[in-house]
Amino acid sequence: MSLENFLLMRHELLLTIAILLILMAEIFLDPRKKRSINLFSIVLFFIITIIGFLPSSSGSLFGGMYEVSDARLMMKNILNTGSLLVLIQSVTWLNKEENSEKISEYYILLISTLIGMDFMISAGNFLMFYLGLELATIPVAALAAFERYNNKSAEAGIKLILLSSLSSGVLLFGLSMIYGTTGTLYFTEIAKLFGSDNLQILGFIFFFGGMSFKISIVPFHLWTADVYEGAPVNITSYLSVISKGAALFIFIIVLFTVFPVIISTWQKLIYVSAVLTMTVGNLFAVRQQNLKRFLAFSSISQAGYILLGLIGGNQLGMASVIYYILVYIFSNLAVFGVVAAISNSSGKESIDEYNGLYKTNPGLSLVMLLGLFSLAGIPPFAGFFGKFFLFTAAAQKGFYILVLIAVLNTIISLYYYLLVVRAMFINKGETPVEKFRSDFSTRLALGICVAGIVITGFAGIIFEVIKNMSFGV
Amino acid sequence: MDILTLFIVIPVLTITGIILVKDIRRVRLVAATGMGIQVILTAILVYLYLSERHAGNTSEMLFIKDIVWFKSLNIHYAVGVDGISVAMIGLTSLVVFAGIFASWEVEFLTKEFFFSLILLATGVFGFFISIDLFTMFLFYELAVIPMYLLIGIWGSGPKEYSAMKLTLMLMGASSLLLLGILGIYFNSAPGGGQLSFNILEISKVKIPMSAQYLFFPLTFVGFGVLGALFPFHTWSPDGHSSAPTAVSMLHAGVLMKLGGYGAFRVAIFLMPEAARELSWIFIILTSISVVYGAFGAIAQKDLKYINAYSSVSHCGLVLFAILMMNKTAMNGAIIQMISHGLMTALFFALIGMLYGRTHTRMINEMGGLMKVIPFLSVCYVIAGLASLGLPGLSGFVAEMTIFVGAFQHPDLFHRIVTIIAVMSIVITAVYILRVIAILLLGPVTNEHYEHFTDAKWFEKVSAVTLISFVALIGLAPFWLSSVIGSSLQTILNKILVSGSF
Repeated sequence: MSLENFLLMRHELLLTIAILLILMAEIFLDPRKKRSINLFSIVLFFIITIIGFLPSSSGSLFGGMYEVSDARLMMKNILNTGSLLVLIQSVTWLNKEENSEKISEYYILLISTLIGMDFMISAGNFLMFYLGLELATIPVAALAAFERYNNKSAEAGIKLILLSSLSSGVLLFGLSMIYGTTGTLYFTEIAKLFGSDNLQILGFIFFFGGMSFKISIVPFHLWTADVYEGAPVNITSYLSVISKGAALFIFIIVLFTVFPVIISTWQKLIYVSAVLTMTVGNLFAVRQQNLKRFLAFSSISQAGYILLGLIGGNQLGMASVIYYILVYIFSNLAVFGVVAAISNSSGKESIDEYNGLYKTNPGLSLVMLLGLFSLAGIPPFAGFFGKFFLFTAAAQKGFYILVLIAVLNTIISLYYYLLVVRAMFINKGETPVEKFRSDFSTRLALGICVAGIVITGFAGIIFEVIKNMSFGV
Repeated sequence: MDILTLFIVIPVLTITGIILVKDIRRVRLVAATGMGIQVILTAILVYLYLSERHAGNTSEMLFIKDIVWFKSLNIHYAVGVDGISVAMIGLTSLVVFAGIFASWEVEFLTKEFFFSLILLATGVFGFFISIDLFTMFLFYELAVIPMYLLIGIWGSGPKEYSAMKLTLMLMGASSLLLLGILGIYFNSAPGGGQLSFNILEISKVKIPMSAQYLFFPLTFVGFGVLGALFPFHTWSPDGHSSAPTAVSMLHAGVLMKLGGYGAFRVAIFLMPEAARELSWIFIILTSISVVYGAFGAIAQKDLKYINAYSSVSHCGLVLFAILMMNKTAMNGAIIQMISHGLMTALFFALIGMLYGRTHTRMINEMGGLMKVIPFLSVCYVIAGLASLGLPGLSGFVAEMTIFVGAFQHPDLFHRIVTIIAVMSIVITAVYILRVIAILLLGPVTNEHYEHFTDAKWFEKVSAVTLISFVALIGLAPFWLSSVIGSSLQTILNKILVSGSF
């Protein structure tokens, strides 16, 4: 294996180097200047993100354990971009007194989960896939418990780690059945050997259940709201956008490359889960008062829409899922950014407490409005285009009833998004959130999100690039 | 840049201007200037359109501009107009222009108000010039969503409830529409080949009947909700009565016409065979709209509710006429859209002006207004007479044509529904004349009314603009017919190609 081959893994290698550099900085830096780690890490990460976009060749490493293709690189780049936004949004929170001791820990943990996701996305073998999955999950649990003196945060951490080990167990059980019947863990070989043997189907269903947990598909969603509520806002946004996005990416890769033979089986599974996920997510979101729980259920329902892109097993679906996750990252991070900014400045997290927000903080309210409208799929924001393509992908294969259920669900979701809009713009607050000026980092991140929400939709070229890349995962 | 794209660019520039300027007066000035330019642009468009037609250009759509947007799905930004769209654009720019002046005195969050109002107008203009289903759908939703903020923030009465109801019902309709559009798209190349969102291209193929039966009702109801199709009209009275003046004007005047126009341009034009087979269901529903709306208006005591129900009745008549699928009735439908648009905008503007003075909209709390504010009162009478179809005003021309067209069908079913629908004229006369009698005539009931001032200059601009066009259509309908006539014929040729009537 030559050096050139190693460069195929540049995302993972660069992130590893970044972790080492941040550790060095932690060791050698004057303790009073710990806060400069923020700037250092973000600049580092920014450079890595840029390098990630440089063109690269495709290929495979370690005898097919590790695969690189244009689509997988695109997925990694999308995750990098999203993580960069999360990192920028976290600066205000990290600069707080109680967190100043563990700034570098935050970056190291977060970047190691990202390495895990990258390995997972590039997996060509279920062993590599599982390794990446665990690396992507365990540090997140540590992050969720980041505010260790806060009971809820600790609770979120322990819930996440316990339940995700359970789901990993289920997933491994399924994989062992698949291994037992096919005798291999390589994606390409399983695809050839896979038939409609009952044990194989059972193995697949366990695998599906395990993945459903990671993506929080109903009925495996129960951990989501509690963990999202307990974890610090920035971690919640990371969980809901990046972790979920990565899990969806690998899910679609595995479905399309490993299990195309039993497409009729998983189409039924996805059909039912999509309907349940959208409807349950939306109906529960209507009743939520805490914005983090609210967004937890909203993100559950968003995963339901994304399943519509998977169901057809078509290339358009693949492209629309990748595109929608890109759009979803911008929209959700815009909303979470505002929630985080307000939570950091005033500790308010309930919808009622947002009453009259437009009067005191018009800028933040407008960003929130854009983010919510984009999530709801209102034109001309990117979410509209994303949803349109997802629905088109499902309609292309004739799933009109499913599309109808989905569009009716968007109306329910529009209702509860409008409840937040109503609180901000229409209701008069007796004690509105005080006027405050957010940090440069928050404004930068929100600015990028807004630009993303507006541009990703109008620029048809972005979708075309994704569409062309998604040939032959 | 082509002339049609300017119709989107100018509102967008106006919006940018509104964001940039600081004080209220400049905001109003920018908004009025922008929409004034839009009116001038419309006049230029009408002139160019007519001269093209006189020069012998017989293509279906003129000034077509087509830019590929999402290549792999064959989504284009495609615009083009025929006579019908030109007429609708004319209506829109007049109503928006009048609406700006009718909301001259909005003091609360003025900037945001005009921002949302013109954003709404952008959506409407975009909708009327689109010939690509995707672009059209995008503009449709763009026109609906600012309504939530406009009603919710600047409305009156149970505004939050009305705003939510209106938004959810209209967006619900648009979701049916989305399904319909996808269905049309995936059946747009039955013989294989490139799928298309372009209306002109789809109209050249015959969509398979099984697909038509599925997607015609979806598309028609999707647009029909916006055109107050019974039983989906319930958003309209609540929404209109809670909305601020200019929004009611725009909504009843223009936005409801999106429903009629879309039902015509998309549902019937692209799927004529299913339209013929299934039209009886919708004809029954629309006749209910027509009569029920008129009876509803009699029962109301609030001026805005009266007018909202009257809009349900009149817009029901538009859909009714479209479903008749013959030239006379369809011609009437389009004139009715224009006429009702102008007339109802005038009504809502006047109601807003009256409310600004009396601070009530209940008819039995007012009286004798003719003596104190004669200008506004006379305008109100004119609007009322146009609404009940007095010859010489636009309403007469429209309704006359519709009923003649509808009665041309020789079968019993069409005759009966026509007779039922004609009854609405009588009922309309009842509620219009009753309101005029209570509101304007008789002794002055409240001594405070003596201090009222008559219309201010901006109110006059708003009212006179609308009245002059109502009268123009009423006295000289032929110029409007000449704009829409040839385009209508082209469409009818396609609809009736295998038709029996």
